[in-house]
Amino acid sequence: MEYRLKTPLSEFDVRALRVGDIVYLSGTIYTARDQAHRRILEIIGRGGVLPVDFRGMAIYHCGPIVKRVDEGWVVVAAGPTTSTRMELYEYDVIKTLGVRMIIGKGGMGLKTAEACKDYGAVYTEFTGGAAVLAAQSIKRVKGVEWLDLGVPEALWILEVENFGPLTVVIDSYGANIHEDINRKAYEKMGLTPK
Amino acid sequence: MINPKIIENTCVEIIRKAVIYLPDDVKNALKTAYENEVSDVAKAQLKAILDNVRLAESIGAPICQDTGTMIFFVKAGSSFPGIKYVEESIINATRIATSKVPLRPNAVHPFTNKNSGNNTGRFIPYIHWSIVDGDSLEITVMPKGGGSENVCKFRMLTPAEGIEGVKKFIISSVLEANGMPCPPTIVGVGIGGCADVSMVLAKKALLRPLNQRSSEPQIAEMEVELHNLLNETGIGPMGLGGKTTVLGVNIEYAHRHVASLPVAVAFNCWAARRASAVIYADGSYKILG
Repeated sequence: MEYRLKTPLSEFDVRALRVGDIVYLSGTIYTARDQAHRRILEIIGRGGVLPVDFRGMAIYHCGPIVKRVDEGWVVVAAGPTTSTRMELYEYDVIKTLGVRMIIGKGGMGLKTAEACKDYGAVYTEFTGGAAVLAAQSIKRVKGVEWLDLGVPEALWILEVENFGPLTVVIDSYGANIHEDINRKAYEKMGLTPK
Repeated sequence: MINPKIIENTCVEIIRKAVIYLPDDVKNALKTAYENEVSDVAKAQLKAILDNVRLAESIGAPICQDTGTMIFFVKAGSSFPGIKYVEESIINATRIATSKVPLRPNAVHPFTNKNSGNNTGRFIPYIHWSIVDGDSLEITVMPKGGGSENVCKFRMLTPAEGIEGVKKFIISSVLEANGMPCPPTIVGVGIGGCADVSMVLAKKALLRPLNQRSSEPQIAEMEVELHNLLNETGIGPMGLGGKTTVLGVNIEYAHRHVASLPVAVAFNCWAARRASAVIYADGSYKILG
């Protein structure tokens, strides 16, 4: 199935999605990589206030190439980064912030799948490396927070239009495409995972 | 006459070429992969990749936002007159390219996590030197993305495990990497030497064009065998399933110590970027490929 969705997303929106479905997403999304995830949880941990409202929103695992133009920013290239690095944080981020969609590449693990199931979220993937294609759907940089973390690690607030195709890789019912493929791959090679 | 500017400008040019234009052998391998795939998911991933490659070329933007760590391979003619400028020029070129192309600033201090902002820092960009005959200088840049770098593997096998053990290690490395290094990948293998030597050989293997097999028949055969076998895993483009997990396997080797059998497996994502140039003693230069 193919879906066109707009942020903020409702639980109903994401519970309708199943692995293998394709989503084109519009609205506001936030980038966050390792350092931004750490900072989110650190701020939450001490009862602080986050600079943006994550409820119903999508987090994009991405460190863009940006260009300064006049007073603003233009995104030159913005493909996804490897999501497994954020596995450590994502359960808590989905749980506490009410994020409904994670966008990345390369797959995520059991804890994230559990959060998707428990709190109603999905993990989707954009084609890794297809950074110029991704930048075409980014209509505007609405803002940036935490630039002290460096350009790739900052929290970029982006307005996207029909961002996709995003493949649903982990749905809110516990299914995980990579896990199935990986298990079969080991079987075919006659090896057992570590 | 050679001056630092000539080397610097040439390096900026090859960095720009490398991050925007994918080498022909890689592009052709991706096109063939697209034609061979049958599933919708795999075809969709490869279509996005090919569309992205074309788009990057047409608007002159980097193929991938991760423009990598700049790794240089320099073959310096023993009587090249500008040898003392090379290192400084490569560092300056990296700095200039970061703002001009632009590149993403990727060099971070491991203790403070501070980003230098211009892709330079301690030992970065890194330069692999070799001295050759002649009076010219050949420079190759390999912008190395982090996603594929993070799944590089090294192991000391016992010699008793032999080449069968080596093959098994390569297969498990690809299985473990799964969708993370942006498959279809190029797998570079370094066998023998010491720990350091095998990994450098694996990296150098990544520079060899996909349509060029090892000059030694036995190794060429192993490259083809592993290429076919790894595509049987079904991991496929982006790890979402399909017939193309790797675009090729390139193997280099060195003699090993009697007691050791080191094996290094390095990965390049589908955006396997590289570009080279030669600078002549009279100050003229040529971009290769």
